[in-house]
Amino acid sequence: MPYIPHTNDDVRTMLDRIGARTIDDLFDEIPAELLVDSLPGVPEALSEMEVSRLAAERAASDGRVLNFIGAGAYEHHIPAPVWALVTRGEIYSAYTPYQAEASQGTLQIMYEYQSMIAGLTAMDVSNASLYDGASALAEACLMAVRAHRRSKSARILMPATVNPSWRRVARAITEGQGLMLEELPYCTEQGTTIPGSLARFAGQDITALVIQQPNFFGQLEDVDALTRWARANGVLVIAAVNPVSLALLTPPGEWGDGGADIACGDAQPFGVPLSSGGPYVGFMASRMGHVRQMPGRIAGRTVDVEGKPGFTLTLQAREQHIRRGKATSNICTNQGLLMSAATIHLALLGPAGLDRVARACVARTRELVAALSRIDGIRAVFAGPRFHEAVLQFDRPVAPLLESLAAEGIVGGFDLALDYPELGHALLVCATETRTEKDIDDYARALGRLTA
Amino acid sequence: MMTRKPEPLIFELSRSGRGATAQYPAVEEIDIPASYRRRQPPPLPQVSELQAVRHYTRLSQLNFGIDTHFYPLGSCTMKYNPRVCNSLAMLPGFLGRHPLAPTATGQGVMACLFELQEMLCQVTGMAGVSLTPMAGAQGEFAGVAMIRAYHRARGDMARNEIIVPDAAHGTNPATAAMCGMKLREIASLPDGDVDVTALEAALSPATAGIMLTNPSTLGVFERRIVEIARRVHEAGGLLYYDGANLNAILGKVRPGDMGFDVIHMNLHKTFSTPHGGGGPGSGAVGVSKRLLPYMPVPVVGREGDRYRWLDERDLPESIGRLSGFMGNTGVLLRAWVYMRILGAAGMRRVAEFSTLNANYLLARLTEAGFDAAYPGRRASHEFIITLKRQAREREVTAMDFAKRLLDHGYHAPTTYFPLLVPECLLIEPTESETREELDGFVEALAAIKKEAESDAARVKSAPHTMPVRRLDDVRAARQLDIAWKPTVA
Amino acid sequence: MSMTPADLRYTKSHEWLRTLPDGSIEIGITDHAQQTLGDLVFVEVPEAGRVLAAGDACAVVESVKAASDVYSPIAGEVTAGNELLATQPELVNRDPFGQGWILRIKPAAGAGAALLDADGYNAEVAAGG
Repeated sequence: MPYIPHTNDDVRTMLDRIGARTIDDLFDEIPAELLVDSLPGVPEALSEMEVSRLAAERAASDGRVLNFIGAGAYEHHIPAPVWALVTRGEIYSAYTPYQAEASQGTLQIMYEYQSMIAGLTAMDVSNASLYDGASALAEACLMAVRAHRRSKSARILMPATVNPSWRRVARAITEGQGLMLEELPYCTEQGTTIPGSLARFAGQDITALVIQQPNFFGQLEDVDALTRWARANGVLVIAAVNPVSLALLTPPGEWGDGGADIACGDAQPFGVPLSSGGPYVGFMASRMGHVRQMPGRIAGRTVDVEGKPGFTLTLQAREQHIRRGKATSNICTNQGLLMSAATIHLALLGPAGLDRVARACVARTRELVAALSRIDGIRAVFAGPRFHEAVLQFDRPVAPLLESLAAEGIVGGFDLALDYPELGHALLVCATETRTEKDIDDYARALGRLTA
Repeated sequence: MMTRKPEPLIFELSRSGRGATAQYPAVEEIDIPASYRRRQPPPLPQVSELQAVRHYTRLSQLNFGIDTHFYPLGSCTMKYNPRVCNSLAMLPGFLGRHPLAPTATGQGVMACLFELQEMLCQVTGMAGVSLTPMAGAQGEFAGVAMIRAYHRARGDMARNEIIVPDAAHGTNPATAAMCGMKLREIASLPDGDVDVTALEAALSPATAGIMLTNPSTLGVFERRIVEIARRVHEAGGLLYYDGANLNAILGKVRPGDMGFDVIHMNLHKTFSTPHGGGGPGSGAVGVSKRLLPYMPVPVVGREGDRYRWLDERDLPESIGRLSGFMGNTGVLLRAWVYMRILGAAGMRRVAEFSTLNANYLLARLTEAGFDAAYPGRRASHEFIITLKRQAREREVTAMDFAKRLLDHGYHAPTTYFPLLVPECLLIEPTESETREELDGFVEALAAIKKEAESDAARVKSAPHTMPVRRLDDVRAARQLDIAWKPTVA
Repeated sequence: MSMTPADLRYTKSHEWLRTLPDGSIEIGITDHAQQTLGDLVFVEVPEAGRVLAAGDACAVVESVKAASDVYSPIAGEVTAGNELLATQPELVNRDPFGQGWILRIKPAAGAGAALLDADGYNAEVAAGG
């Protein structure tokens, strides 16, 4: 019996002790008409060897491709120690640190993670993770509505340059509470939100402005001007940021005059593999004044009865297990394992390593754009500085090209046709430090051949 | 005994100029204008690779985990997490795949996810499954949002109340609130079942639905579930099944057969994906036929022998997207491996042996003089003992027992939940524990009980052998220290 | 054993009320309530100028294990919240009927409420209310 240790003798002894004749007797409070005696449609058991063979064949059929997509999930080198450490049983098979004295490892990692996120974003405080970047943005919108006491409108300005999938998630999660997410247009030359376009909202009750940096197109927004407008108009600022870029770019806590109020995003680029979509790790940081409106677990440093330093979950009265219907969120389990991976990844990179990774991303993307733009019928759409993604415009639909590239083992980018039809045949491409000169060359050559 | 030597913060190990340089790419010149640039480097630690490895290894050693200790945390299903689930989910073909890569390059992973959807449909008796919710609470959100969408699509706009029993997990009321619903709490009877009279009184044309856990968080099966389902449906409401305790009935009873319209499953409980120190979870949702159009997207569809993602274009009435991509795929793969190894018969055994272990432990603890909160009831896969007698007579609380258990090498059960049982321990042994382990746990609790009678102070001041003694929670909240800050030079 | 000053009025939800010389009403939580909650770690007080209906939640008291709303038993306008509690929530534990007051309101014209005297409140507590 897989993963069940009972011998026949155990079963007999245990049933005797209970005073039951058979195991079935233990289910005698369940109405008999509800009991089923088989599960048609569920396959028979496989041994570990058999399932390993099946999984290996399927994984192999998905192959190892050369990837040039970002669009919210980024391929980075993951130092070998990261997963060797987080799959240690003491981390992998522990639960939420409800018993602090037996969970000091998890709690200290949470505290170190919170410190790293706060430091990277230049915000006061961070929670110990949310599910992913998209749901973190949704939670940030809900948090802004709670935090902005004077605003009654629950209107959130949401630039069209914010990741469209994140915008959909934010809508799905905030709809029940009546939030209104209002789209802001972008400049078709720069691919960024136009600070002047906010003027029409002056004097209106707006709860918050979302700013993604770098934005979905990889372009850098004028975060200072946007933040200044928000501050001057009593609007909270929610920053959605790529955490790798923060090695180079102004952190949200220093945007405009006084910085953003809430910063969120996905820490997947820190030690978390692409893994076909998840699990990733949402992060959220804020000013101290908003901490009681923050969702999710938070670890704090304190002392024990002997005065020895230690860590414990704190501010739990925000959470569902105490505040129930009035909690800041329903979130309970978050992304502890990935939070640990991100912490170890950042400890290994440090400021110098992260700076190099970020620079390499910018450099490789610059080379990728240059190489692909040399092909007839392909051009970079937007001017202005960018981080590690760019939009390319083609003279023909990109979907068939992407399929042909995939057949050659190249995942060429994210087709923008559905989300941004106004951009024509547009492709979002990305290159991180993991792409080499040869990778870029291979891609350019394949694409040149396919478009010739 | 665990080490009692404190481990410094990683920041305290940092020295300017040090680093794990094997991890660094080459330096590159870039052309981002200064006005966009960060002025000070981020305050991250600067340590060698060995320092980092040693630090996090030592931190791990301050934890209890399933791999090291019996962890009978009620309602959390801390069963063995088979290692093979992890190693197969981390095969390079799965791990390196970008979620937006063409589906032609993802047929392998999608085949696994499709099979998982099918198996989950079968074991729950539902018509469809969406795997996208990233944790139990998000599955709950999806469920209540679907109930809301269903009523709205029928023009039934007045249904804005969710009924929740007082024994419910806190996520239930919090979810109802997140979905903009009003909450109506109903009482439980002294025997642990829902008070059907109170339910009847709560039902009205405003009822959107009811959220139930069955077996409930009180560790007993709701015997009148069929009648409850009938009454709720007659009142125009829908039934939501919180799958936190699905382990107790896996393969024996299907929520769909009980009359539930929507359910979430905690794959990190029932299907043994790791808890990871608090996640990642996975809260897949199953729906009855009438809620199929509202499932969160994407869902894996099959056309001939090809798989593709069904999205908003296929399910235009969907409640939408809850995750940036398609949920916690890596967790889903682990659950798929687990289910394939168990097979149909293995799943039934999960319910049978987790129930056997719980009832055995309850019988032995009762013999040892502990009070069951619901005497005379069968335990499900978990049960509650109440220490209110010990608290009254010796002033030794459930929390004191829990802390002293740590000294005996056992993780504590869930304490002070459910809220309506005073001084309670909610104990869930799971099917993967041996009889010897359960016996050892009984002996430890009995020894603590005896100690509470002879040396209460020793119990009240526990733990004594952990890396730290009891922590000052009040200080933690009043003098908030939740992020290390560099000292300004 | 908790104390219940005889010169105050009480609610079943464990608030106390004191009429100040200028006719405004001071509100806090009782000694019994603070004992039940345990060491307070946070108190959220309302801003001056907020208009309350009778029964409105107007403040939150929070310990490490519980959080509880404070309800205004009468309608009126908030004239002050106790700003000291922002940094010293423990005042509610130490001096619930004095320095630990939570808010003051100017009652709306004709506002009244069925309140308990000290004996009535003690009887409620004894009955498990």
